[in-house]
Amino acid sequence: MTASIDRRKFLRGLGGVLGCSIAAHPMLTTVTMAGANGGRPLGDHRLIVIILRGAMDGLDVVQPQGDADYAALRPTLLNPQATDLDGFFRLHPAFGDMMPLWNAGQLGFVHATSTPYRDKRSHFVGQDMLEAGTGMDVPLNQVKDGWLNRLLQTQKGLTSETAYSIGQVAMPLLEGPAEVRNWSPETTLLLTPQARLLFDRVYESDPLFHAASQEAMELADAGNGDMEMMAADPSQMAGLKVQDVEQLVDYAAGKLRQDARIAAFSMTGWDTHRGQAGGLSKSLARLQYAILRLQTGLGEKVWGKTVLLAMTEFGRTARENGTTGTDHGTGGVMVMAGGALNGGKVYGDWPGLSEANLYERRDLMPTSDVRAWAAHAIQGLYGIDQNVLENAVFPGLKMGKDPRILL
Amino acid sequence: MSKLTTLAAIRFGYGLPLPKGAPDTADAMLASLAGPDQAMQSLPIRASADLIPNIQELRQIQKAGKKTAAKNPKRDALLQDFSNAAEAASVITFARAVDSGDGFRERLTTFWADHFSVIAKRQLEALFPYALVDDAIRPHLTGNFADMLTAATLHPAMLSYLDQSSSVGPNSHFGKNQGKGLNENLAREVIELHSMGVGANYSQTDVTEMAKILAGLTMNADLLMEFQPRRAEPGPRELLGKTYDAPGMDNIHAALRDLALQPATGQHLARKLAVHFVSDTPDPDLVKAIAAAYNGTGGDLMATYTALLDHPAAWVEATEKARQPFDFMVASLRALGVTGDQLQQMPYKQFRGQVLAPMAGMGQPFKRPAGPNGFDEAAEEWITPQGLARRITWAMRVPPRLVEPLPDPVALAQSCLADRASEPLLWGAARAEDITQGVGLVLASAEFNRR
Repeated sequence: MTASIDRRKFLRGLGGVLGCSIAAHPMLTTVTMAGANGGRPLGDHRLIVIILRGAMDGLDVVQPQGDADYAALRPTLLNPQATDLDGFFRLHPAFGDMMPLWNAGQLGFVHATSTPYRDKRSHFVGQDMLEAGTGMDVPLNQVKDGWLNRLLQTQKGLTSETAYSIGQVAMPLLEGPAEVRNWSPETTLLLTPQARLLFDRVYESDPLFHAASQEAMELADAGNGDMEMMAADPSQMAGLKVQDVEQLVDYAAGKLRQDARIAAFSMTGWDTHRGQAGGLSKSLARLQYAILRLQTGLGEKVWGKTVLLAMTEFGRTARENGTTGTDHGTGGVMVMAGGALNGGKVYGDWPGLSEANLYERRDLMPTSDVRAWAAHAIQGLYGIDQNVLENAVFPGLKMGKDPRILL
Repeated sequence: MSKLTTLAAIRFGYGLPLPKGAPDTADAMLASLAGPDQAMQSLPIRASADLIPNIQELRQIQKAGKKTAAKNPKRDALLQDFSNAAEAASVITFARAVDSGDGFRERLTTFWADHFSVIAKRQLEALFPYALVDDAIRPHLTGNFADMLTAATLHPAMLSYLDQSSSVGPNSHFGKNQGKGLNENLAREVIELHSMGVGANYSQTDVTEMAKILAGLTMNADLLMEFQPRRAEPGPRELLGKTYDAPGMDNIHAALRDLALQPATGQHLARKLAVHFVSDTPDPDLVKAIAAAYNGTGGDLMATYTALLDHPAAWVEATEKARQPFDFMVASLRALGVTGDQLQQMPYKQFRGQVLAPMAGMGQPFKRPAGPNGFDEAAEEWITPQGLARRITWAMRVPPRLVEPLPDPVALAQSCLADRASEPLLWGAARAEDITQGVGLVLASAEFNRR
């Protein structure tokens, strides 16, 4: 049928370039959608969450060249060609095509932000915490669902049919009691009626197999009509592989134009331990491509009601490491875009980069909780009560003063 | 066949029917494990050393300049050798598991290969993930964990995968001259994933100190491990409260040995073993017993495995775990009577299409875990609508292409599940529309996919 999302294709060309521990991550795995059929429990606004897996170096993406200590920390990575944003921060050149959005107030950043995760700097725990949306006080193995899923559970009218997803890997962000489906477009399940009856009976006593097989049959029956648009020709953008981005973004945009209100997916390729200049440029170009294609795909009206948040598990070391890359750090950057955004600004308090101001004399000091920005965005978009956000969606969060990131 | 024997083969091996003469009780499995590694001897993979002449010749071709190198017809052939060796090794990995009577050894090998996950980053390194298993894991499988940890950490496959090959002590001769420095990647994962575990009591300072201890360790032009003193960080190092001040590689050996001996390491490995073999939420007493055996013997793995098999919680009737796709595939091939020999005779294209590609669809691209933390354990991660649909589809479509004639479905259920075949499964297998469907029903059944 359609161009399939082939994991092996994602892997090609990755190794050796980034040379990082998660080099084999498929660069982009799933997109998860939520919304409502009929009724409008979430109104007209759209929220798109992109998880940047691998720890994006915020100090390289939005470069604080106005900080007197920056140049010494980043001898090879400081990029004189970065575009001026506000006289203090400059934007990485690989994100240069985003400048029209910045100028239109539809692109913004939060600098020196992070989840409450500290100290061990493990990708795996960091990503779990980002998706769980909890603080350090909650043991992660007790958190079985993600913050977007908990958001869905707080809203009536979001039934099981309204959240569906495609892709190869489950995404904890949306995992939990509100039903979410996983299915990738190339999967088929052709069974005769007799075989179905037999499987029904054989799986009956094992709830996990029973539920999975029921859902597989329903999804196979629903067909993949929506995927037709994904048959686009493989495209290349100046040597950059973007076909997978196109597939997922076009699918998400199609759903968001209709009933879906929330979409979440992840992009990898940010773990730049080595040769960061090359690796980060590629990942940024892919992110830029995804955002600009979403803007086009959604159309002016829907884009005008959209906020996109791209967040990562933590930032990277303030100093370059010995291999023209950076190691795992703490404070980083959240990227925001969309027509509903009050953009054209770098939000967040700047902690400074002098050694005494760094977290553990090594990382950018976080001055805000990335969950607070997300909570304010959700409150602004959907009018959800602060109590619900601070207790149910992000347990233990103090949202603080409204930073007015929405128009 | 007794209930316990069936469970032993399914939970701690690659399933039924057992090859002739294979041990079928816990004691016999341990005795076999204490013996020689016959699979590695009878089914060898190509030694990395065999390919060093290729590396050297490729280096000569490269020296001639980029343009000439690309046109040199020998270059592709030399590179192709690496892919061929890896392809053969992938088939052999399956053949060893399908044929082995020493099933617990094969399962443990898979467990440790996942614990020390690496992937091949480039064609020249295609054999790396297999070489790490045969060089670092299998020879130390029943020895002391410190030896396995050391061998895996120092293996070129690991040095390359986790960037150690480019890490340099910032105050070393080379570091100062070239302005190069540390890369913490391997140091962090050795502590976080391979030994103590992320929940243990260590700090960022320990990670950085470990990176300084490892500095100097690199991979040379022949892709062999090499310690280069001019890249090593001078001065004493302090890791987890202990000072390391020995010359050359002695610090590295000592630090790895001490990490292996940390009680947290015993705890971490005990939990991983219990989760992998028995339950996603293992009995705390089982974990305690395994950890006590490990910590009480200074990391003796045979004693550790014995504690696992000796504990009653390891023999709980209910099969909570889902067979991972590799396990599912090996068990299916064995159940269908496909032998390792047949796999080796099969054109590689067919093997890829009928075995490797479907496994990737089930969520487990072979030797390509998403990161150094390996593949997921939880049954819910594997038995998703998508993952199960792929298993059903494989079970219904591929067996007729592998065996002729297909076995009778009821007989198949009895031979591969023995007393664990449920009434509904035997009922369904007898009522399938045709043999293909019946075989698919058995191989896709919950009983067959659990262990």
